[in-house]
Amino acid sequence: MAKFDAEARAGLSLIAPPFLYALLILAAPILTILAYSFLTDGYLEILRDFTWVNYAQVFTDPIVRTVMLRSLMVAAIVTLATVLTAFPIAYYVSFMVRPEKKAMWLFLITIPFWTSYLIRVFLWKVILGYNGVVNSSLTGLGIIDEPLTFILYNINAIVITLAHAYAPFAILPIFVALEKIDRSLLEAGRDLGESRAMTFWRVTLPLAMPGVIAATLIVFIPTIGDYVTPEVIGGGKIPMIANLIQVQMLALDNRPLGSALAVTAMVVVALVSLLFLFLNRRFLKVRQ
Amino acid sequence: MTEAMIACKGVHKYYGDYHALRGIDLTIRAGEFFSLLGPSGCGKTTLLRTIAGFEDISQGVVLIDGRDMGEVPANKRPTNMVFQSYAIFPHLTVAENVAFGLRRDPRPKADKAAAVEEALAMVGLKGYGARSAHALSGGQRQRVALARALILKPKVLLLDEPLSALDRKMREQMQVELIKLQRQVGITFVLVTHDQEEALVMSDRIAVMFEGEIAQLDGPEALYARPATRRVADFIGVMNFLPARILSESAGTVTVEVAGLGQVELPERQISRADPEDDGPMIGFRPETMTLLGPTATHSQPRETNASIDEVVYYGDMTYYDLRLDGADQLDGKARPVRISMRNVFGRDVQEVGTRTRLAWSPGSLVLFR
Repeated sequence: MAKFDAEARAGLSLIAPPFLYALLILAAPILTILAYSFLTDGYLEILRDFTWVNYAQVFTDPIVRTVMLRSLMVAAIVTLATVLTAFPIAYYVSFMVRPEKKAMWLFLITIPFWTSYLIRVFLWKVILGYNGVVNSSLTGLGIIDEPLTFILYNINAIVITLAHAYAPFAILPIFVALEKIDRSLLEAGRDLGESRAMTFWRVTLPLAMPGVIAATLIVFIPTIGDYVTPEVIGGGKIPMIANLIQVQMLALDNRPLGSALAVTAMVVVALVSLLFLFLNRRFLKVRQ
Repeated sequence: MTEAMIACKGVHKYYGDYHALRGIDLTIRAGEFFSLLGPSGCGKTTLLRTIAGFEDISQGVVLIDGRDMGEVPANKRPTNMVFQSYAIFPHLTVAENVAFGLRRDPRPKADKAAAVEEALAMVGLKGYGARSAHALSGGQRQRVALARALILKPKVLLLDEPLSALDRKMREQMQVELIKLQRQVGITFVLVTHDQEEALVMSDRIAVMFEGEIAQLDGPEALYARPATRRVADFIGVMNFLPARILSESAGTVTVEVAGLGQVELPERQISRADPEDDGPMIGFRPETMTLLGPTATHSQPRETNASIDEVVYYGDMTYYDLRLDGADQLDGKARPVRISMRNVFGRDVQEVGTRTRLAWSPGSLVLFR
């Protein structure tokens, strides 16, 4: 018993520093936001009165609902676009590229990370803008007379920018899942009478699913709360939930309402993530 | 002769500059248990994979049941394979694995389920259908792989080193089970192995391969007793080699002087080919073909030779003796130890290291490689 106590004490003192650290940087801000969301907004200060008003406003305000649904939709489209384009790339690198060249390919895929996210977003603005690369090339080539307007300051542009920014995050987990597939399984599929396409459908895809679901989560969670892209590419006219939170928190100085928005967004993301985790478990169930 | 199930005619395979198969001519009969035996890198697996359709051949023809397989992809060939890694689908249950190839089978679902149960029962896995493939041991995985292939009733079952991942006891048990299974289903089995013992135990006929060529194709007994080349002899079991000098030749019979054994006269059937790297004629004999005599023992063998014991290795049922024959170095000056094996029967003592002893033997057990 004494020995166990000593061990427990040693263990606790070992995990104490990272535990405190995690508590400070993770739990404390979340708890603060959670606390704020139940407080009352005064004109210049925050009143320490418990209230549900903020949440009532979040759930009834049509603007909040529109923006929340837009965020969900944009994140869903971005995730779909990213995963659908990432899969063939991951498949190509895993199955077609010679083993000694794979590291180089992965390295090339991560090159966009060499510049800051903000700069990449601005570059997309340059590419997609009214007098941007796309429009001036197309007019220069005489393909169009007037610059295209549907490629900037709208959801399409946001989706393109985010899908590009998160592509490596989707490619890598799918690549890892594909790499883990024993190649003799694919030969076994062919040997048992299935064509290449059916072998892909019955063997490769189910075995790659954990990677696909990981990619979906990794892309979906940050994009739903993305702030920079709608601000820069959307021109501030099509806000997403993060922009709304920013407006409440800083521009309107209504921290309790901003906090309630943040908590609600967090809960929505958590629910969607749980759904995916549940799906993942279904796919993994047989394997364990 | 029974009909040919597989015929390879002048099959060549190149990987870039590497010549993996160098003109394979081979006929495998319907219903036989055939083995491709050789050291790693000899092309045996490549040959198996060309039969399965996983490798294109650079030159030549492969016929299965009289049909040219040139344009037939792997999924349309009447062959099924048991992979070295077993290739059990980890995302499926045992029953789903076995039923994998039945997708296009027009039978109703219930009939297919019954067929799966029957296949599992055949390999001794009755009632395992609902288990996840992940939870199986190596031996069980192999049985699932067998059931999965046999349920499709292929004309040929291809086995790529199926027993190499199992421990010794399990391997010996599976060898016997595979032989029984093959007799039961009557399908042509083609086994790839580097284990000569496994090939001898299981096969009706064996093709020994070195460097992309077939060195000898024979039944197990012929292969063991009359190896076609010295290299085959060296690969199959243990063979002792002693240098020899040819004294005379007449009407197929060769008279040789053998270091340590004296003069012997050998008929044509005891003469095989030497290999290019050999530096002269050699005499070979198996460890069990000579008898170590006790000090007072008598025997009925035509010849007797004196030797001294260098090493004794006791195996329980057997004892191996490393001997130096008197005069073994007379031809080339090199010490030529030979290994003799003796069954430990009741009443016969194991002889000790360093003692002088006598060997009884017959020229009929010698093979000349020239």
